[in-house]
Amino acid sequence: MGIDLRMPLGALFGVLGLLLTLYGAATRGQPGTEPTGVPINLIWGVVLFAFGLWMLWLARRARQAPRM
Amino acid sequence: MTTLHWIDYAIMGLYFAFVLGIGAMLRRSIHTSEDFFLSGRSIPAWVTGLAFISANLGAQEVIGMGASGAKYGIATSHFYWVGAIPAMVFVGLFMMPFYYGSRARSVPEYLKLRFDEKTRGVNAVSFAVMTVFSSGISLYAMGKLLNLLLGWSFDASILVAGGIVLGYIFLGGLTSAIYNEVLQFFLIVFGFAPLVFLGLRDVGGWAGLSARLAHVATDNGFAAGAYTRSWAFMGHASANPVGVEWFGLVMGLGFVLSFGYWCTDFLVVQRAMAANSMTAARRTPLIAALPKMLFPFLVILPGMLALVVSSTSVRSPSVAAPAAAPAVAGAAATATVAPSDPGPERRDGIVPPKLDPRTGEPLRDARGRVVLDYDLATPMMLVHFFPAGLLGLGLTALLASFMSGMAGNVTAFNTVWTYDLYQSYIRRGAPDSHYLAMGRFATVFGVAISIAAAYVAASFNNIMDFLQLVFAFVNAPLFATFALGMFWPRATGHGAFSGLVSGILAAAVHHGISLPAGAHVGVKGGYLGVVTTYPSELAQTFWTAIAAWVTCFVVTIVVSLLTRPRPAEQLHGLVYGLTPKPTDDVKRWYERPGPLALIVLTLTVALNLIFF
Repeated sequence: MGIDLRMPLGALFGVLGLLLTLYGAATRGQPGTEPTGVPINLIWGVVLFAFGLWMLWLARRARQAPRM
Repeated sequence: MTTLHWIDYAIMGLYFAFVLGIGAMLRRSIHTSEDFFLSGRSIPAWVTGLAFISANLGAQEVIGMGASGAKYGIATSHFYWVGAIPAMVFVGLFMMPFYYGSRARSVPEYLKLRFDEKTRGVNAVSFAVMTVFSSGISLYAMGKLLNLLLGWSFDASILVAGGIVLGYIFLGGLTSAIYNEVLQFFLIVFGFAPLVFLGLRDVGGWAGLSARLAHVATDNGFAAGAYTRSWAFMGHASANPVGVEWFGLVMGLGFVLSFGYWCTDFLVVQRAMAANSMTAARRTPLIAALPKMLFPFLVILPGMLALVVSSTSVRSPSVAAPAAAPAVAGAAATATVAPSDPGPERRDGIVPPKLDPRTGEPLRDARGRVVLDYDLATPMMLVHFFPAGLLGLGLTALLASFMSGMAGNVTAFNTVWTYDLYQSYIRRGAPDSHYLAMGRFATVFGVAISIAAAYVAASFNNIMDFLQLVFAFVNAPLFATFALGMFWPRATGHGAFSGLVSGILAAAVHHGISLPAGAHVGVKGGYLGVVTTYPSELAQTFWTAIAAWVTCFVVTIVVSLLTRPRPAEQLHGLVYGLTPKPTDDVKRWYERPGPLALIVLTLTVALNLIFF
């Protein structure tokens, strides 16, 4: 009803992912930002961003070719 | 105390904006009370499916399952692989046709249609009281946790969280709650997955975790694999940390408690009732079961890891340990490391000790060993492993879990209040717009009572223990009533009502004559004289549930046989055998409920075998 949930879902995770990726890239190597030795902000930011894009793509596909 | 950076606040702020934004966008599509309470029965199955688990994925689940993971190890997975999944399959395949098909608007209303007014009344009143108090208890837990971890004000935390939940439900009703639950579901998955990854990396994978937990097991007097194998030590209650044997586990947890919750609790069933077709309603719990069976890895593993990760492996200014840290190392050394190896280099585990609220000293058990505060296992993992940025995401996931649990309670409450109590007993026959307004109003006072209950919990801890106990009594026999109602046409209203009441009494009596080992007579049991003791509180809970269920089952049958049955034509759509078999409206074979259920059960058996 109303809105396709994949739109806000994709938007939220797209923005979150972008934010985390940029922050991870900007703080790369600074003390305290990679306590486990893994650039986890960067990696996880990209994962979230990809998930967000996938959701938006699914929503767009559904709108272009409505089922039924 | 952990301090947050701007990036952490930005992530939280973004999430809050989306949550309220969804509520605001949905406001335009709410025209009738059915839109508000049942989403106009228009939501696709994948959305209701994810909301189905998310509504249950409250704080009790995320924090509690982490705590149980630290306390009992992988055996905690029984709550999923023996408990939840089979029950979810059952409700989807066999019970949803009656819930959805009867056009009842709530679970208590089904009881009214199938049995009578008094049976509905008992269920509606107990359920309404229970939901607002459970959401109050989880609000209290959240306020306390945020205060401890981040130094946030208790009052501000619960007012803001309560206010946001109120905002989006008030605006968009059940649809808004369901949509946000899906958002919360993904946030929780994405917020906790890196925690498991970093934790496992720290201990050297599953093999490393098993090796380290073997020390914990032998130190606590169990065989080496007791924390990492779920079935092998279930032969005897004293051989495993849960303190229960397989029969009590399968009957008490797997059958009575899990079926009682997943098959009859309106909080979860409401999600499926909002689906856009009968097939979608039946698929809702089955779709939910697929991610649900993987949740042990997401919520139990962090707890197990917290017990053994190297407390010194992570050092950074942004991840300062909370205030309790100085005591942590010592406590962890006594509790988790073999006595022969107490050196400061091997200070493993990050679960802090439980502090005596009066003296501030760590609590000790009968053997003089420090008692750990298992509820902090998962939160400590977050602040231990996550740098600024990811920490914001992890804390947002934690907040999301609190909010989804609370929203589940509030939406279930406003529906039961408006349809089953207000419309039935206070004001009948008003125009629909009146009930829609009442639903919004009920949302406000539902949240208000939750907040009040949080303060009650903060000042009288025992009152909440007592209330939760009463809820357990009320819930335990329910599945017997529903099972007989749906599958035995002869069951009568008088039978159901007397069965329910005597089941609740049986639970209270059994609890009153039993006591878990090491507990004192009082809210833990034994108030009618201690006749039997159980090795653990869980074992006592399981057997209390079994006693309640059996009593309810037998009494319902006996009283039904003694009273006059309803004519069969009144039971169409309400009872198995008098209802046409539902037909599926999906094309692909794996989308049909039957094959989907088979896939779910096969995977669950496989998971049980892998961790046997």
